[in-house]
Amino acid sequence: MGAKSLHSNRNHAKKSNLWSGVLFGIGLAAFIDETIFHQLLRWHHFYDQSTTDIGLISDGLFHAFSWFATIGGLFLFADLKRRNGLSLKRWWGGVLLGAGSFQLYDGIIQHKLMRLHQIRYVENVIVYDLVWNISAVLMIAAGLFLLKRTKKKGAPSHA
Amino acid sequence: MHEQHTSEGGLLFDFILSFPFLLAILFYIGAGLVSNRSPHLQTWPAWRYVFWTIGVLCAGVAVIGPLADQARIDFRAHMMGHLLLGMLAPLLLVLAAPMTLLLRTLPVSAAKKISLFLRSYYVRLISHPITASILNIGGLWVLYTTDLYHIMHNSLWIHVLVHLHVFLAGYLFTMALIYIDPVAHRYSYLYRAIVFIIALAGHGILSKYLYASPPEGVSQNQAEAGSMLMYYGGDAIDAVLIFILCLQWYKAAQPNKRLAASQ
Repeated sequence: MGAKSLHSNRNHAKKSNLWSGVLFGIGLAAFIDETIFHQLLRWHHFYDQSTTDIGLISDGLFHAFSWFATIGGLFLFADLKRRNGLSLKRWWGGVLLGAGSFQLYDGIIQHKLMRLHQIRYVENVIVYDLVWNISAVLMIAAGLFLLKRTKKKGAPSHA
Repeated sequence: MHEQHTSEGGLLFDFILSFPFLLAILFYIGAGLVSNRSPHLQTWPAWRYVFWTIGVLCAGVAVIGPLADQARIDFRAHMMGHLLLGMLAPLLLVLAAPMTLLLRTLPVSAAKKISLFLRSYYVRLISHPITASILNIGGLWVLYTTDLYHIMHNSLWIHVLVHLHVFLAGYLFTMALIYIDPVAHRYSYLYRAIVFIIALAGHGILSKYLYASPPEGVSQNQAEAGSMLMYYGGDAIDAVLIFILCLQWYKAAQPNKRLAASQ
């Protein structure tokens, strides 16, 4: 294998780590949203009378995408492992970025603008909204931090 | 028509209706056993018989017997039947690879005719991932958001046609997304994945829409329970479909084995 293809392989692995993480992160956030907030706590409602049409469509697309991403992201993870290209730090960076972005989109656009449903049907929902969206921003920041740190090092840290 | 369904006439009707299902199981097992005798063919795997039989039974349970009777008056039972007939049965039947079995059982000349048909423009058109998705998910939108659902319960023929469509479209959709049997024109994994996500979204959106706007003649309670069953039941079966699609993709993308892969 020549130096050139080695280099492109490395770039490919870096990208794959990021994308595998992002997809799995989006899937994970949606999965936790569904199991914990919809099913276990029953804070989220399946349907809210105030939901806009665009909210319904956005929710449907994101739900379908995240369902696919949960499974697809794990297969991408397995693919990285089998190619010895896995960089766990970079992968986690992707997971945090994906999960945080989805949660922020869910918290600001879907809950507030499209009025899909609220986090919890209580009077001081603003507290819940703040915790929800701030934790989303923190996840994005942590994800970007990890991605930046692993960007310089070309080779995967865990072979 | 459905008032008399539980009477003896209903039983006779059920008996006649169950015939094609029994024949489907018998033909499949027979074809497997006959083709096993051929010296140059591998033994047809036992698990495929299991998938086929359970698949046919799932479809049968949806249209014959107590669940089918209940489905005429109860939207939840209707939705359960729909999951069995339109999603689970097609998945199990596709996994049983009936076309592969048929082609290896028939004499070469007949098999050639069938494979010619499979490569025809018509089959390529309806088994295109987008056409299959529109037939499947679009059909459901038509059924539940127009008067069709109501009309279906007053006409035996429309009832039969709608159920036939739900089954066939479900089968077409499944076989257009995961390739088990031979396929004339293969689409890339990414292409199928994208179409699948949009179709899945169409299914989810319809489920939630039904929660708030039930079809005519369906009570709010039943609509809520039925739509949630559609939403989560659909997710469960779709997870299996996604898993199989990703597994095939994963295998095809194996390093050093690129050449053997289809796409």
